[in-house]
Amino acid sequence: MAIQVFGFKNALGLLRDVRFWRIVGQLFFVLFLVWLGTTLWHNLTLNLQKAGIQIGLNFIQSQASFDIGERIITYSPTDSFGRALFVGFVNTLRVTGIGMVLATLLGLVIGLARLSDNWLIEQLAKLYVEVFRNTPLLLQLFFWYFAGFAKLPSIDSNTPPSSLFYLTNRGLALTWVSATAATGIWIGLLTLATLIAIGLWQWRRWLRIERGVASRTWLWAGGAIGLGIILAFAITRASPFEWNVPRLNATELEGGLQISPEFTSLLLGVTFFIASFIAEIVRAGIQSVPKGQWEAAKSLGLKPGVMLSKVILPQALRVIIPPLTSQYLNLAKGTSLAIAIGYPDIYFVANTIFNQTGRVVEVMLILMASYLGVNLIISLIMNLVNYSFQIKER
Amino acid sequence: MNSRPSLRFKPQSTNVLRNWLSISTIALLTALAGCAASNNQSQTASSPAASASPAASSPAASASPVQVEPTGLLAQVLSRSKIICGTSGKVPGFSFVNTQGEYSGFDVDICRAVAVAVFNDPSKVEFRQLSAAQRFTSSQTGSIDIISQTATVTISRESTVGVAFGPVILYDGQGLMVKKNSGITKIEQLAGKSVCVQTGSTTILNLTDQFRKRGIAYKPVSFDDNNATFAAYQQGRCEAVTADRSGLVSNRSKLPNPDEHTILDIVLSKEPLAPGVKQGDPQWANVLNWVVYVLIQADEFGITSKNVDQIAQSTKDPDIRRFLGLEGDLGKGLALKNDYALQVIKQIGNYSEVYDRNLGKDSPLKLERGPNKLWTDGGLLYSPPFR
Repeated sequence: MAIQVFGFKNALGLLRDVRFWRIVGQLFFVLFLVWLGTTLWHNLTLNLQKAGIQIGLNFIQSQASFDIGERIITYSPTDSFGRALFVGFVNTLRVTGIGMVLATLLGLVIGLARLSDNWLIEQLAKLYVEVFRNTPLLLQLFFWYFAGFAKLPSIDSNTPPSSLFYLTNRGLALTWVSATAATGIWIGLLTLATLIAIGLWQWRRWLRIERGVASRTWLWAGGAIGLGIILAFAITRASPFEWNVPRLNATELEGGLQISPEFTSLLLGVTFFIASFIAEIVRAGIQSVPKGQWEAAKSLGLKPGVMLSKVILPQALRVIIPPLTSQYLNLAKGTSLAIAIGYPDIYFVANTIFNQTGRVVEVMLILMASYLGVNLIISLIMNLVNYSFQIKER
Repeated sequence: MNSRPSLRFKPQSTNVLRNWLSISTIALLTALAGCAASNNQSQTASSPAASASPAASSPAASASPVQVEPTGLLAQVLSRSKIICGTSGKVPGFSFVNTQGEYSGFDVDICRAVAVAVFNDPSKVEFRQLSAAQRFTSSQTGSIDIISQTATVTISRESTVGVAFGPVILYDGQGLMVKKNSGITKIEQLAGKSVCVQTGSTTILNLTDQFRKRGIAYKPVSFDDNNATFAAYQQGRCEAVTADRSGLVSNRSKLPNPDEHTILDIVLSKEPLAPGVKQGDPQWANVLNWVVYVLIQADEFGITSKNVDQIAQSTKDPDIRRFLGLEGDLGKGLALKNDYALQVIKQIGNYSEVYDRNLGKDSPLKLERGPNKLWTDGGLLYSPPFR
């Protein structure tokens, strides 16, 4: 009587089957990993116990009692550690988001400049890439902060009491818009007008294609928006916003759009650093497009701009996007160097918290989870973008 | 999509078999080795007397029954032949590296005093430069033996952070420094202004509390690093900078024009500064405690590095004879040499000498003793009796 194991007649057959050994091998490896993990964890908790420390996340609800200088969501020292971490997280996202957009634009421009026929432009772009790609980001941050912003004029008696913009070592202040009672009506009517304009545009285009009549799309769309503006003004009889001009109160700037030197230094730092990598990726992507495509586009008589946007870039993007994703991830992680120049990102806040509470392990885990979460979301979005640019086989 | 080449590696099955077998064997061996290693470690921890290194047990020690055997961290330190001391290295007067690469300062001398007590050699210290935020983690993980970095004693640091503080070596308070020409004299005048502060210390908490108490808004600009904090202040990023008053004096001495800056006559908080060790090792904590007390007690006895030898020869006072280890077993009870106090005083000095040399009248900082006088002179320094 034969015992059936995984469909085998006897044990010998099982031992001679490679599939069985494959599973056994993997099982051993998983067991090894589990053993390693539990040993490390056991060791950690044992050592912490010896020092009289307990592991747990309850401290998150305790009062933070420290202030955070720069924030875009409300926070006060009476809030919890969890809230403080969230403030830092939002600050990280702020730099990451703006940095990604700026780095992409700058990288694209520099990457195109690297391919320019103009010798000077090409060499300048090359210089840019080599300088920013080959120096550490931390050094660049220190440069922007201590050699850049700290050397801007300080606020003294010569500083004008009010100005359209300030550029000082305490920060930048720009004239900005601030909402009034009329802002809501203006935005509502302009949105409506824009939607109507888009509809008219499509309709006129359809007319031109189908009936061959002169489209005058610009006239129709512009007319709709103009009508919206006139209507909005007629209703509110006020400007859609007020100019908020920065002014000087004793030695501190007030009003307008205030940008701190710490934020700007970090933003410039990561943008310039990552843009140098993106520039090379863009160059590689464009150079990967076969020469025949350029020649074909030229022989069709396309203008350089159209050629680039309709023929070359769509093909180059397939090569560009995967490494571009890596650079976005690097950018998100690079913002954690903010601590060196005093920008309160999540790492900075976490650093303060684990010093106040001694909860290094827990805070580090939260930090890792936060960065992992952000980067997984970036990866996910970029993978979707990548998918949409791939050649679709039908 | 289908035409994309597959990245999956499909080797021949026999290869896979061999690979897996070898990998799992390696994994198993590693696991066994790891088990063995951890067993060894637990043995060391559970039976420390057995593992005490030969260097620790001197012939005199084995002869005397009162000699306590070194265990735990002290045994580790002895077998390593040096103490690892966490310190800032950036604050003149407390711990600063000179152009020859030598450490000097108040915090540094505390570590050196412990080295004298343990090894009879002040040079057997390795200094590790730490930021304010790193220091307690380093002590928790055991990568440093002593943390001597102007740390303020607080309840949460002893309870949840896991630091066991030694005796207070300096009673300080937090202060504010501004540029003289700013005309600021009161904390209220800092409303809406930027204040530079080092994070990862009690400083930022006190600052927050003081402004909250008065209901004034301000802008904290915080840095992880001491030098960055003062560099930002110096370059005008902030109207004021806050730190312990001794730290302000010390850092002011590094600024290009120290006379242009003034320390406000405000004390924001109590800052009792003390060295510390990791919690859970009473013997090592005792060594630190009773080395610091030696400095203070020597001051009270009037024993200095200059007259200690002479006093040791001539004194009939049983208190002093016990203190210097000429009679009794006080040092042995700490698992140290019996004359450790004598050596500490001889090679490091008493509290006044250490203070004057680093912070006081013989230093560039010229810091007033303030509350850091002996209790007999109306100060707060008080050593429990050596008995």
